[in-house]
Amino acid sequence: MTDHSETAVLASEPAPPPAHSASEIAEEELVQGSSLWKDAWSRLKKNKLAVASLVIFLLIVVACVVGPWIVPYDGQEQDLFLGATAPSAEHWFGTDTLGRDLLVRTLEGGRISLMVGLVATVVSLAIGVIYGATAGYLGGKVDSTMMRFVDLLYALPFTIFVILLMVAFGRSMWLMFVAIGCVEWLSMARIVRAGVMGLKKQEFVEAAVSLGYSHQRIILRHLIPNVLGPVIVIATLTVPAVMLLEAFLSFLGLGVQPPNASWGVLINEGQQNMEIFPWLLMFPAFFFALTLFCLNFLGDGLRDALDPKSAKD
Amino acid sequence: MLKFIGKRFLQGILVLLGIYAVTFFLVAATPGSPFSSERAISPEILAQIEAFYGYDKPASERFITSLGNILHGDFGPSAVYANRTVTEIIAESFPVSLKLGSISLGVALLLGIPAGVLAAVKKNTWLDYVPMSAAMAGICLPTFVMGPLLALVFGLIFAVLPVAGWFGPEFVILPAATLGLYYAAYFARLTRGGMLEMLNQDWVRTARAKGVPERTIVWKHCLKGGLIPAITFLGPALAGIISGSFVVETIFQVPGLGQWFVKGALNRDDFLILGLTVLFAALIVLMNLLVDIAQVALNPRLKYD
Repeated sequence: MTDHSETAVLASEPAPPPAHSASEIAEEELVQGSSLWKDAWSRLKKNKLAVASLVIFLLIVVACVVGPWIVPYDGQEQDLFLGATAPSAEHWFGTDTLGRDLLVRTLEGGRISLMVGLVATVVSLAIGVIYGATAGYLGGKVDSTMMRFVDLLYALPFTIFVILLMVAFGRSMWLMFVAIGCVEWLSMARIVRAGVMGLKKQEFVEAAVSLGYSHQRIILRHLIPNVLGPVIVIATLTVPAVMLLEAFLSFLGLGVQPPNASWGVLINEGQQNMEIFPWLLMFPAFFFALTLFCLNFLGDGLRDALDPKSAKD
Repeated sequence: MLKFIGKRFLQGILVLLGIYAVTFFLVAATPGSPFSSERAISPEILAQIEAFYGYDKPASERFITSLGNILHGDFGPSAVYANRTVTEIIAESFPVSLKLGSISLGVALLLGIPAGVLAAVKKNTWLDYVPMSAAMAGICLPTFVMGPLLALVFGLIFAVLPVAGWFGPEFVILPAATLGLYYAAYFARLTRGGMLEMLNQDWVRTARAKGVPERTIVWKHCLKGGLIPAITFLGPALAGIISGSFVVETIFQVPGLGQWFVKGALNRDDFLILGLTVLFAALIVLMNLLVDIAQVALNPRLKYD
């Protein structure tokens, strides 16, 4: 999982002071607070695997965003006389059974898959952070009820739930993005709650309470900024998780519908013809796996860098 | 202990009830009905069909009836496959999925846990790097990529294993490998993490200083605690193997529950979806209960409460 000798050493050092929100603290403390991020960055830079992952991931993102405008083919344009051809100088990744250029389809599929990763993660971030912070801050009965509910959802088979949502509300792409985000917020809520529980006993929160600030303001302005580290880590690891779920649904025919194609759709199309045209499976599967690989390594690296104490979630 | 199990059991039943209610009303709120088809049916016949399946009554009434039936083991008729009941479908395909699932879980545990222990003990040697890189690759190759790849290599290029169907022991190998390897990767990583945490404890240093053989330290002192993360993951792993079976059974044409669930979802077979959801949820809830018990058994600092 993570390099534990290093983690253990880091864990034995006192944790860096939390970065209090700027309005709250003296200037010298602010300098210390920002050094948390600097420390994290320098730790991350030492992790070659994480840096390489970041670079490759950014390259894939740029290729998917910019690529479809550069490649001189249209992903929807069929050429039935051409049919499936192996990779060649004209079509670098070959063409699929309908004569569509696979390079441009892979890049456009990447757009959709990455979009799912982004949108669903933002949804899960919003729900998880607000939910977790509220539960952790209010504590007591409210907290135990709210976390009981999370436990209940944990026991629920997520994928089945998303499939049910897709059946119930039709197979709209945006709906699926939101549905996936709605089931992937649980870890986020737990982490944020744990962080907030630890923070709320600290003096700066007491000060905020005694100044008469509202609960909402304390949660949003004082508590959430202080749990950003673990939140970033979980968010980075949520991106591959939601991309996986989307590809899973699309593979089963319950996700993105033609003519749109995500990587999951392309992998499904590829596996139907893999005996004869293996490249149809190879290219989308390679890019999908590579993206997941990079995001997972980056997430692990960020965890070691930002949050050396919690090696597991 | 008994009190703890009883309490958790009751909680589990409540959770199942909740899941059933949510699923039921979600399906009931879905626009359209399982009986609408491209073929025009006269309204009288449609009304007959709906009456036969009880769809002429309001959803709340159907909910109570179906709940009562399920308690008697009757999951209702299939709405799409005429003259078949969901109970029949489950009775027929559950053994298939059970076999596939348990072999996969066995593969995952028997491969993942030893690999994780080995990697932790031989940390920063090739015995650590090789299995852990393989595990990372395994996690990034989801079942729907791994399955076709394995089928391509072993079924078509080397042509040593069958790629579709369910007729004999050799048909289990590819689907079980596809599902099992993915979770073996998770178990390996979790076990390595857990074991390393144990091996870094002060009392291990003391034991070493006192000359306790390394074998005893690893197997007798550390393994129990080191396995906790892997045990905790059993619940999610089972859930994952169930949803993974949707893909694997579709790829390898295995006549199990997963394939039926996908068919049910694509065809809007309300009763089938409901019945299978309850069954899957019950399995997962049961597994979580067992995990809770095992966790306390392994870690005396936790208490049953």
